[in-house]
Order: sequence, then structure tokens, then C-alpha cells
Amino acid sequence: MASYSTNEFRSGLKIMIDGDPCSIIENEFVKPGKGQAFNRVKLRNLKTGRVLEKTYKSGESVEAADVMDTDMQYLYNDGDAWHFMHPDTFEQVAADKSAIGEMSKWLKEQDTVTVTLWNGVPIAVTPPNHVVLTVVETDPGVRGDTSGGGGKPAICDTGAVVRVPLFIDQGENIKVDTRTGEYVGRAKDE
Amino acid sequence: MRDWQPSASLETLKNRARLLQRIRAFFHARQVLEVETPVLSRAGVTDPHLESFATEDLGQTFYLHSSPEFPMKRLLAAGSGDIYQLCKVFRRDERGRRHNPEFTLLEWYRLDMDHHQLMQEVDALVRAVLNEQLTLEATRYFSYRQLFETFTGLEPFSAGVEELKQYTGQQGLQISGIEADDKDAWLDIILTHVIEPALPRNCPVFVHDYPASQAALARIREGTPAVAERFELYLNGMELANGFHELRDSKEQRRRFEKGNRARQQAGLAEVPMDENLLAALEAGLPDCSGVALGVDRLLMLALGKTDIGEVLAFDSQRT
Repeated sequence: MASYSTNEFRSGLKIMIDGDPCSIIENEFVKPGKGQAFNRVKLRNLKTGRVLEKTYKSGESVEAADVMDTDMQYLYNDGDAWHFMHPDTFEQVAADKSAIGEMSKWLKEQDTVTVTLWNGVPIAVTPPNHVVLTVVETDPGVRGDTSGGGGKPAICDTGAVVRVPLFIDQGENIKVDTRTGEYVGRAKDE
Repeated sequence: MRDWQPSASLETLKNRARLLQRIRAFFHARQVLEVETPVLSRAGVTDPHLESFATEDLGQTFYLHSSPEFPMKRLLAAGSGDIYQLCKVFRRDERGRRHNPEFTLLEWYRLDMDHHQLMQEVDALVRAVLNEQLTLEATRYFSYRQLFETFTGLEPFSAGVEELKQYTGQQGLQISGIEADDKDAWLDIILTHVIEPALPRNCPVFVHDYPASQAALARIREGTPAVAERFELYLNGMELANGFHELRDSKEQRRRFEKGNRARQQAGLAEVPMDENLLAALEAGLPDCSGVALGVDRLLMLALGKTDIGEVLAFDSQRT
């Protein structure tokens, strides 16, 4: 089984902790002048997203996690699972609710997203920073009001609810920042 | 493109030069002699927590010194009087925000001083060289026992390993790989993870009278419990210096070297040849003295408010 020594620790490295794959966020070498050396690490559990801290005795070996980030195309949702395809090999994987979580509201068919695979199985999905969604339901637009003040909720085709300016109408395409969930602007026809 | 540029700014390097000048002026005024001793030595350091770089010449192994302590003590035994040295030292596998595998050490020895008197001088030096950059409040002194009692409520000498382990759990620390019976390692965990971050800021903090098991090269004062006449200096939570009321007993020194090598063997590390020249010098007679080693790069980090050692080195280990 592949493993890493604490000497190889660096941010981004994927290791196993208590049966879960984790990604190192920060690695700090700690050593009193006359004593034992430690590596104090901050990690993200890739399954739960939770951040944890752990201290290893320096020189210890830790099991590597076979985790890969792959760009894939989102195909469709069959009710239970979300299906993705590798653009070069056409290989397909299915992700369940626990892997998709809150991200389902940013998934638009044909979009390219980052799928995190652990031992070949999807455990997380990261949408692009910006997505274009279609407004399917909102209060009628107030023409000429470009103040941007106030705003109103709009339901999009993916189910996401985004706060939009008053002038946005049903059927319009809008650009949204998936990291903050905020409206960025009207989508230009491309 | 190759990143050939220095890791420190030119402004920082000017400050570095100025710091070295001020250190030398401090010792010149106190009539302490500057010396240079060899970087390469046939003998190594048996401490299981220190790994030396090794190289060879004419078929013989030489170790790059991890501190100039042994040859400086030979000078003292030869009658040098008070001495100091500014030099690069080398320690393998130590790399981090506060560690670089080669770094600059200031080491000095004072005759007829015990560790308390030397702490006073270390305090004076730090204040003298930092007074342009930092205004320091009154110095704090804690014995190792007081330090643990004040910041954790633990009594470090009588506490069992189980109690220490439990305490780290209560503090929310997850620790891996420390042997259940390695009390010193658990004390080190508490010191580095709990106490260091809680130490008072903007004043030198001295810790003295360590557990005898952590004596290194300090003499041990009999008592209940016996304590090592060793001290450490912390400034703004960063370990800056380590000093000893120096061990003079060559037989005891040999026992500690042998113990170090046994610990190395148990940990699966190569044994290293002990310094017979030092043992012979102690046999001939080391004058009563105290000595201290201070990390110059860290001193500069504190002076300039830098958080990564690379910012005060012309080229850190990534750029060599």
C-alpha cells in the first residue's frame, strides 16, 4: 500500500485518516531544540468537508489516499444518481447524493465540472466558479430599474434560488458565482 | 523560469548585517573572545532527536556540526577564558517556518556563571540588539514546574504519562505515533501545542530547571526531584535559546553519550562515534561555566516581524 513519510507532507497531499480520505491544507514542522520533532497538520476530510487537526511524530508513515481530481462533463440525473463522462475516454461514473450534496443546484447538463474520485468512486463534485442558469420563476421584471437595490429571489432551472436585481425577467439567462451563490450579471449570448 | 532571486529582501539583509555587528559589539564590550572551530568533525552527536549530515574524506566519515559545543568546551578546558562563536550549523530533516537545515547559531560560554547569571546576560544581549526594533516589557522567569502549573495546571514532575495523554485529549489534540511510555515526548507536545502559544508576548520568557531526563549537557542538581540546570528563552512564543550550567563530569558525560546511542539503536537510527576529544578535555578539567546557543535567524525574524525563516535568509533551502 502506498504511503507518505511526514517529510513528504505538503499542502494538497491526500492521506487516509480513520478510514476517510483527507487533503492536507497546512503542514507545520514543530521541534523543540532538545526534543521530539512533530508535524502538525491541518486537513480537510474530503468526504465530509470538515477541517481537522492532527499531530504526527516526524518520520512516521501515513497511508496515501488514492484521490484524483478529474474534469468531466455532467450528463444527467436519473433520480438517484448524477452521471458524468470523461471527455477523452467517454468513460462514465455515477455519483450519489452524499457525493453531490449541495452542489446539485449548480449542475447544468453539458457543463464541465471537477469530479473528485477516491479509488475510482466520486466523493465530491466542484462546479465551475461561474455558471449560466435560466430563471424559471420570479416576480415580473421592473423595466428601467437598474438601481440594483433590494432585489428579489429567482428560482433557476437547476433548482437554485438566487437573489437577482428587480429588472430580471422569467426566461432570462443569468451568470452566478457558485462559490458565494451570488448573481454576477445577465448572461450575454455566446 | 528559474527562481534565482534571494528569499530575503535586500533591506532585510542590511538588517542582518547590522544585527551581526551589534552582537559582536556586545561581546567586544564584555571582553569575550570570538573564536572559530571546525565545521567537520570525526565525532557526531548521540542525541536521538538530532540528525547530522555526514560526508567523507580520505575514506573517513566526517559529520557537519549541529552546534559548536564540543570544540568550544575543549578551548575552555585549554584555558581560553570567555568565548563566543557565530557560525552556520547543520541539522538534517528540519525544515519549516521556523527551521532551515542550515542556520546561524550564536553560542557563548562564561566562566564562573551559573545558569541564572547567564540568563541575565542573555536577557541583556537580546535587549541590546533588539532595542531599535522592539520595546520589551519586564522579563518573566518560570521554573519548568511553575510553567506547567501556570499554563496547564499540571505538575510535570509527578504527573504520569496517562494523565498527560488525557490532558492532550481534553485540549482537543489528536496525536499519532508517540509511544505510550515516552513521557518527555508527551511533555514536549504540551509545551509546543498548548504552552508556547499561550506565553506572554513582548517580553523575554525564561524557563529553567528542566526534568533530569531532558538535561542534554546540563549538570543535574540533586533534590526531590532532581532537576537539570538548563534554561530556554522564548520571545513572542518562539523558542530562541537553550543554555546549560555545563556538565563537567567526564564519566557522567560518557554515560549520557552511551545512553544516547542506545536510544538511537532502539529507534532504528545509526549509532554515531562519541567525541573522545571532549571526554578527554573534561577529564583534564573544564572550568565552572555556563553556555548558551541562540538562533540568530529567529532573532532577526522577531526583530523584523517575519513569520517564515526564509524571509531572513539570503537563500532558503528551496533555493540552494
